[in-house]
Amino acid sequence: MTVPLFYYLVLSGIVFLTGVMGVLLRRNIIIILLSVELMLNATNINFVAFSQYFHDVAGQVFVFFALTVAAAEVAVGLAIIVALYRAKSTINVDEFQLLKW
Amino acid sequence: MEKIFFFYFAFVIATTSVLVVAMRNPVYSALALLIMFFHVAGLYVTLHAEFLAAVQIIVYAGAILVLYLFVVMLLNLKQDDRYHRQWPMAAAVGVTLFVEAIILTVMKGWTAPLAATGTETTVGEAGNTEAIGDVLYSTYLFPFEVASLILLVAMIGAIVLAKKDLGEPTES
Repeated sequence: MTVPLFYYLVLSGIVFLTGVMGVLLRRNIIIILLSVELMLNATNINFVAFSQYFHDVAGQVFVFFALTVAAAEVAVGLAIIVALYRAKSTINVDEFQLLKW
Repeated sequence: MEKIFFFYFAFVIATTSVLVVAMRNPVYSALALLIMFFHVAGLYVTLHAEFLAAVQIIVYAGAILVLYLFVVMLLNLKQDDRYHRQWPMAAAVGVTLFVEAIILTVMKGWTAPLAATGTETTVGEAGNTEAIGDVLYSTYLFPFEVASLILLVAMIGAIVLAKKDLGEPTES
């Protein structure tokens, strides 16, 4: 393996940081969910890189489970978005402050 | 040669992930995410995880992103969103993670990488898909069943959340 593991970690860190920034900075709730997908993909890159580095296939199995959880999260999250849009006809997260004190 | 491929994939992944966050129109964000998913799949191929590359394209690009685009176009949004006023929080988290990354970079030479120990399953003798299936249905059989239960719960939850009030009795 000519590409060192360190490069993959840096790439994963960049993508994860971008996802965190997206969650914290954007107001559109759909973009926030897309940023969560970015973070999940960053962890998946890490898992696969370590799996190759340690010659252990268990990392790829865990990517499989992370993918399952991502699919479930998207289904429930988009259903929540549709319900929110039906209730207030906006998806700007600043508008949803019922539980804010 | 592998480095050329890696740098190409890494450059495109980093650029498109920034575009996902920076684009104003959610449809453009979703399309940038589509490009990123394809390049992550390419990165998996260079890491000899061919099965995961195929699954990445089928599940992420084929199912999840189509669901996103469907909802974006269903809601028919006006483009009135701007950035949050959460700059202090975002700056704190970002600076913390950045400093952590720099510290880890500096400390890279200090610890020897762990050798692979004991229980590993060898990759590549019988093919990637066969190796994954072998481990998935023997060692990780119980988490596999739990994953199927998670999908069932998510499916029921999505239906219950998104439907209109079908189940309420029609009172006069």
